[in-house]
Amino acid sequence: MSTFALDQIQHQLPEALVERYVDRHGDAWGVIKPEQIPHVARLLKERLGFRLFISMDAVDRLHLPPEEQEPRFEVLYFLRNVERNELARLKVRVNEGDEVHSIRAVYQGANWGERFVWDFYGVTFKGHGDLRRMLMYEAFKGHALRKDYPLRGRQGLIPERPLKDIFRGPGTNGVAD
Amino acid sequence: MASLDEHYDPTPGDDELEAHLQTRNMVVNLGPSHPATHGTVRLRIELDGETIVKMDPEIGFLHRGFQKSCENTTWTNVLPYTDRLDYVASLTNNFGYLTAVEALIGLEIPQRAKYIRVIGAELHRIASHLTTIGALGLELGGFSAFLYAIEARELITDRVAELTGARLTTSYGRIGGLNRDLPAGWDEKVLKSLIKIEELLDETDRLLTRNRIFTDRMRGTGVITTDDALDFGFTGPCLRANGVNYDVRKAKPYWAYDQLDFEVPLGHNGDNFDRYYLRVLEIHQSLKMIRQAFKQLPAGPVMIDDWRIALPPKEQVYSTIEGVIAHFKLVMEGVPVPPGEIYHATEAANGELGWYLRSDGSGRPYKCHVRAPGFQILSGLAKMCEGRMLADLIPTFDTINMIGGEVEQ
Repeated sequence: MSTFALDQIQHQLPEALVERYVDRHGDAWGVIKPEQIPHVARLLKERLGFRLFISMDAVDRLHLPPEEQEPRFEVLYFLRNVERNELARLKVRVNEGDEVHSIRAVYQGANWGERFVWDFYGVTFKGHGDLRRMLMYEAFKGHALRKDYPLRGRQGLIPERPLKDIFRGPGTNGVAD
Repeated sequence: MASLDEHYDPTPGDDELEAHLQTRNMVVNLGPSHPATHGTVRLRIELDGETIVKMDPEIGFLHRGFQKSCENTTWTNVLPYTDRLDYVASLTNNFGYLTAVEALIGLEIPQRAKYIRVIGAELHRIASHLTTIGALGLELGGFSAFLYAIEARELITDRVAELTGARLTTSYGRIGGLNRDLPAGWDEKVLKSLIKIEELLDETDRLLTRNRIFTDRMRGTGVITTDDALDFGFTGPCLRANGVNYDVRKAKPYWAYDQLDFEVPLGHNGDNFDRYYLRVLEIHQSLKMIRQAFKQLPAGPVMIDDWRIALPPKEQVYSTIEGVIAHFKLVMEGVPVPPGEIYHATEAANGELGWYLRSDGSGRPYKCHVRAPGFQILSGLAKMCEGRMLADLIPTFDTINMIGGEVEQ
């Protein structure tokens, strides 16, 4: 497996890299500092050719073995270099309340990815600018994919609001009462 | 009455005729339940006349907690949930998920199972593309094209029903191979159906591709630049319409794709027409692949012979203690997946279907992230439509082929 991306990060932005490791399939992973991720993303996209944004998500590590629980959240980034045929696998580890710097300005595709992570894990992204819930509705309380959110957690129905104007679609859409 | 000036010219001047009317921007809701939004997406569109000024897709109406459900069930029981992701091509999801889990375990499945997976996935790729093309014709006013395409899709659905027992929610395949082999005589039936599908595809193609009304609405609309397409994370036909040669089947061959002779068609304009026509070309490639796969299909088992992963044969369960134990452990505890993590991708009909799977060794997925191709593509829809006409939104929305099930998980 090629480790070009991580080698270059280590070489050009050594202060950004917290840790790198190879999993048992031989794939390389890099852990990046939360405030450095936009710089790393910019390096990868503009200088190293990782132009295809693949995906973003997060993991709540609350129920993992104790040595892996701290910090609680792991935000995942997958970026691909089509020409080199290489996938960069990056992680950012943060605790609740910490902010990850947004890479929306670098990759437009991260817009929805960051909204998704905020919606389901409650990790905030500094500099995103439009951090709304992605799939759940505005009135939803909590973050559904956290391990401490109950599987059968039910929330009350949202009271129906009077139809005011065309801006209001079904459900709530952020138009102030 | 005003006195007539001798210099008075009753025709208004050019600047007067072209005076800009002070229009007020109007906000229109398209969806969540609209015939042209096949899924349940709500597009909040701000219009200046007929030009889209701003667009904000709002999704989540079909959200059903896919990841949360997966985290609370065994690895095998996730399979039925994957049917409901891209429900037009459920076999590609089934096999994509299974292959990711097998990669996480480090498992090699029998050759025959690999070929059958190729056949199933390609059949459903054809079905998905036919649906896209048919619906596209329908929404641009060509009802007959839709009927031809859906008739061809119906043949695939029938064959899939014979193979898996279900028309749409297939849940076919298991970790380590397949739960059952091909039915007797099925290959002959499929090959016959392929001939019919090819005929129907040609009919559809002829109805649409050289149709002036159709091409005028397709060419040059919904254009996205290559940079933006990469930036938003477009994959599959939507990315290849820009000429970027990225197909997981070639980039990182899985199953038996390295044994098959096929090409990856590429476009170059990144407009609706390229996205449409690429799908037609891809169907031809898929037809070719299925025929090759049937020719090369090896004999042998379709499931690995490891009772920790595969269910033991029923006669062993009823007559031996080992069989009972293996069966009991598999049903009660699930497949033992060692702790670890993996990102694995396969090529679904709409693009890269990626899975980030994490196991803590407990028999259930600790995390099951699905990278749905439609999610990234839909996030770029606003970019493709802003500043363009409202009428162009419909073909653009069709050619990106958003499937509510996978986008909204």
